[in-house]
Amino acid sequence: MYNAGKILIGLAIFFGLATFPFFYNMGKAVAKPDPKLDTPEIMKLAKQDRKCVEPKEFMRAEHMQLLNNWRDSVVRDNVRVYVNSEGKKFDMSLQNTCMRCHSNKKKFCDECHNYMAVKPYCWDCHIAPKEKES
Amino acid sequence: MAKFSAKPKDLAKIRYTPPKTEWTETPVEFREHMFCHSAKPKDLETVGFPYGRAWSAKDDDWKLPDNWEQIILQGMKDLLGKYRSFQLFMDICVRCGACADKCHFFIGSGDPKNMPVLRAELLRSVYRGNFTLAGKILRKLAGARDLTVGVLKEWWYYFYQCTECRRCSVFCPYGIDTAEITMMGRELMNMIGLQLGWIGGPVAACYMKGNHLGLEPHTIKSSIEFFLDDIETLTGIKIEPSFNRKGAEILFVTPSGDLFANPGTYTAMGYLMLFHELGLDYTWSTYASEGGNFGFFTSNEMAKRLNSKIYAEAKRLGVKWILGGECGHMWRVLSQYMDTWNGPADFMEVPKSPITGTVFDNAKSMKMVHIAEFTADLIKHNKLKLDKSRNDHLNVTFHDSCNTSRGMGLLEEPRYIINNVCNHFHEMPENTIREKTFCCGSGTGLNASENMELRMRGGFPRANAVKYVHERYGVNLLANVCAIDRATLSASMDYWVPGVGVAGVHELVGNALIMKGEKERTQDMRLEPLPEKEGSENV
Amino acid sequence: MKTLIPFFAVVILVLLALAGVNMGNQQFLFGVIIPYAAVTVFIAGIIYRVVKWGRSPVPFSIPTTCGQQKSLPWIKQNKLENPSTTLWVMARMALEVFFFRSLFRNIKTELREGPKLTYGSDKWLWMAGLAFHWSFLIILIRHFRFFAQGVPLPIHIIESLDSFLQIGIPLLYITDALLLGAVTFLFARRVYLPSVRYISLPADYFPLFLIFGIAVSGVLMRYFVRVDIVSVKQLTMGLVSFTPVIPKGISSIFYVHLFLISVLFAYFPFSKLVHMAGVFMSPTRNMPNDSREVRHINPWNYPVHIHTYDEYENDFRDKMKAAGIPVEKE
Repeated sequence: MYNAGKILIGLAIFFGLATFPFFYNMGKAVAKPDPKLDTPEIMKLAKQDRKCVEPKEFMRAEHMQLLNNWRDSVVRDNVRVYVNSEGKKFDMSLQNTCMRCHSNKKKFCDECHNYMAVKPYCWDCHIAPKEKES
Repeated sequence: MAKFSAKPKDLAKIRYTPPKTEWTETPVEFREHMFCHSAKPKDLETVGFPYGRAWSAKDDDWKLPDNWEQIILQGMKDLLGKYRSFQLFMDICVRCGACADKCHFFIGSGDPKNMPVLRAELLRSVYRGNFTLAGKILRKLAGARDLTVGVLKEWWYYFYQCTECRRCSVFCPYGIDTAEITMMGRELMNMIGLQLGWIGGPVAACYMKGNHLGLEPHTIKSSIEFFLDDIETLTGIKIEPSFNRKGAEILFVTPSGDLFANPGTYTAMGYLMLFHELGLDYTWSTYASEGGNFGFFTSNEMAKRLNSKIYAEAKRLGVKWILGGECGHMWRVLSQYMDTWNGPADFMEVPKSPITGTVFDNAKSMKMVHIAEFTADLIKHNKLKLDKSRNDHLNVTFHDSCNTSRGMGLLEEPRYIINNVCNHFHEMPENTIREKTFCCGSGTGLNASENMELRMRGGFPRANAVKYVHERYGVNLLANVCAIDRATLSASMDYWVPGVGVAGVHELVGNALIMKGEKERTQDMRLEPLPEKEGSENV
Repeated sequence: MKTLIPFFAVVILVLLALAGVNMGNQQFLFGVIIPYAAVTVFIAGIIYRVVKWGRSPVPFSIPTTCGQQKSLPWIKQNKLENPSTTLWVMARMALEVFFFRSLFRNIKTELREGPKLTYGSDKWLWMAGLAFHWSFLIILIRHFRFFAQGVPLPIHIIESLDSFLQIGIPLLYITDALLLGAVTFLFARRVYLPSVRYISLPADYFPLFLIFGIAVSGVLMRYFVRVDIVSVKQLTMGLVSFTPVIPKGISSIFYVHLFLISVLFAYFPFSKLVHMAGVFMSPTRNMPNDSREVRHINPWNYPVHIHTYDEYENDFRDKMKAAGIPVEKE
């Protein structure tokens, strides 16, 4: 007895699962995330002042760690002042520091978070800034 | 050769630490009392096995045919194409080691090549070296080996140190069954005439005379007549069974061992008494006078050739169905192979007990019923008058045979019978019974006498569990449903647990069975006085 | 030797990827060509294996029965351990594949004074095996977020369950810890248990080191030396949509991770790892115990030479007659 039918069904399931990612994305446009930095708050700044608390590359990879450290520092140690690598001081606040410039959560935060399918739990506690639907 | 004389306490000093040298670099050492004589050329010739010759494992030169490597490798190729089990089990083992301490031969010997995984690796290493790309390129890194005389000698030593009991396969996460691998190993070795005398002899006898013991028709009849005399002494009843009778409703087939040696003979007496009491329309056959199948320990083809007699005889005699006696490997062969080899048995009817009317639907294609199923059904329907107290001198435990438990699932039927014919029954520890039962240590044709150390080592785990209930509950009888058990467990009990006897379940049935018109019994089936009856007489 | 060779093999693989990317600028080779080749070999290799197994028939019905058979109606059959129908076989297989039923039985045999053999419960291998395989599967499923635009809900659910302890940022995945722990355990028992060490081949250590390397490089990327995962996803999305791109600035550790995975995929079908597919085809587990009820057909069953009754009677006719046993020919 060969059970050819059952083996073929099994192989079909295997092939389907193994190639699923290829089929799943078929015909879907692959949009690159493009976080927007054109909020009025940022545009108001002079070009050379348009800088985040740390350099862009650092922020891209480490912003989650930075935010986490801020939270711990504020909540647990009551230390609210962040001194960056250039010696500049900032108020450790997601809503008052970060989101003041990046008021466009949807076009800024969510752009990459959605692309990577991550759901940070920032907004479980914090209130997201109100945005005008564009 | 000096007689095997090691003391149990010395044999039980077992080291489980593997040697310093890798297993691939440790050549096999043929230790006295651990292996069997080789097959006689004339026995191989009788059934047409090739390359019969006089040789011994201890010889340096095994007088192998010139192209033996070619024969083996071609044979492996053929078998890989014929058996998915073989092909698959060569490929998927991850060597997790779960099987290692499950083998009775490993537990009893500590020899690492008795770990089922290594036993299989003996064959696997050659498979990888010759049949897989990775093995051909990476050689030792992929665990590949060449086929050499040294490897062949290892095969011979260790594939005749496996009783195909399948206990390892219960624990294997992929169900890898060493029995399959040992069967392939033995089949390959048979292609170049490497067989045991204790297997070759019975196979030739069974082929020519119908049974392993080589009992000729008139001898079978006289053996049974001898039992009938004992039964008359015991009960005062004269029984007249029939032989090769056409038109009987049922053909009865049982292992020939039960006609020949104690304590199997008492089981045979039990059958005779039971069938007489029921007035069963049945016949014995002198042609199909073997339920067991030593061919199964040589090659698939040989097993089929020996097995063919059962259906052929059923057809010739025109019986409606077949009843099978107590045996272990016989029932693996019958339930998993017979119908496939020699079926369809469409000339018979679906087995139906003429006494209770029970239809055995579970055997509706192969048409053969195990006597434990048959008797359990009788008892359930109150068709037997039983006096349990006649077994009161016995404190019983039950040994599940490897093959009926792991190749069939006959677990409750014999227990039901025992509980209805005995007052004192105690199970052995859970991990040593049912699907986890231990082999007697002497199955698959290893029940010779020259390999007594091997047998006692292999029988150690079973005996040790018996010892536990012997010491704890005073168990003095090991009941079973297997002819090889009856023959071999007696030896291993005498060695490891003196004071515990061995009996087939139907000996106990015979003891308890109240027969119409019987005289008051003062003896048990072994014609030994029943203790209480003796006591009452003395008053 | 048995451990060192596979260990250095994995080290060399890591160095190869590092050198290829950092010195040879072979991002396209390591990021596109090798992964494509590996997946192709994986899929084709598994199919080849299964077809090869499938071409050998199952000539006999050989289930290993692990419970009471179906016999008399009043004896309760153990349908799960000794199934007689396809449905129950599927249940038995499901238990085997998803929960490693047989391994769960594992017991440890020990010889004590007396002599006395004892059989103790031994679930460590089962637990580690289960932790390892399930973690691996969940991690694999989690990675789907790198291969899909718009990730389906079940993946989100798995991910949030996996990180529900909310330790650290990014959140620690439980399966990452479990996988590393389980691989370490499986390696340690191979090295420390004398009998298991004795049976182990280089081919047993290599996948452990390889998987360890994959897990460590993944953990490093997530928790310690972070990579620009937006670029990583651009690369992976390029792969699955057959428009491969190599975004700039992806750290070389990512290429190490990807290369080790590629090696694992390509190695898979030609090693013991095929047990993944093989477990489904094991005849001792996937067959119902119904060979007495339904005749199992062996496709290569052939007629054999037998000693017929007539030949037998010819040998013994006189003796049979003398003993009063009926014969066909007087």
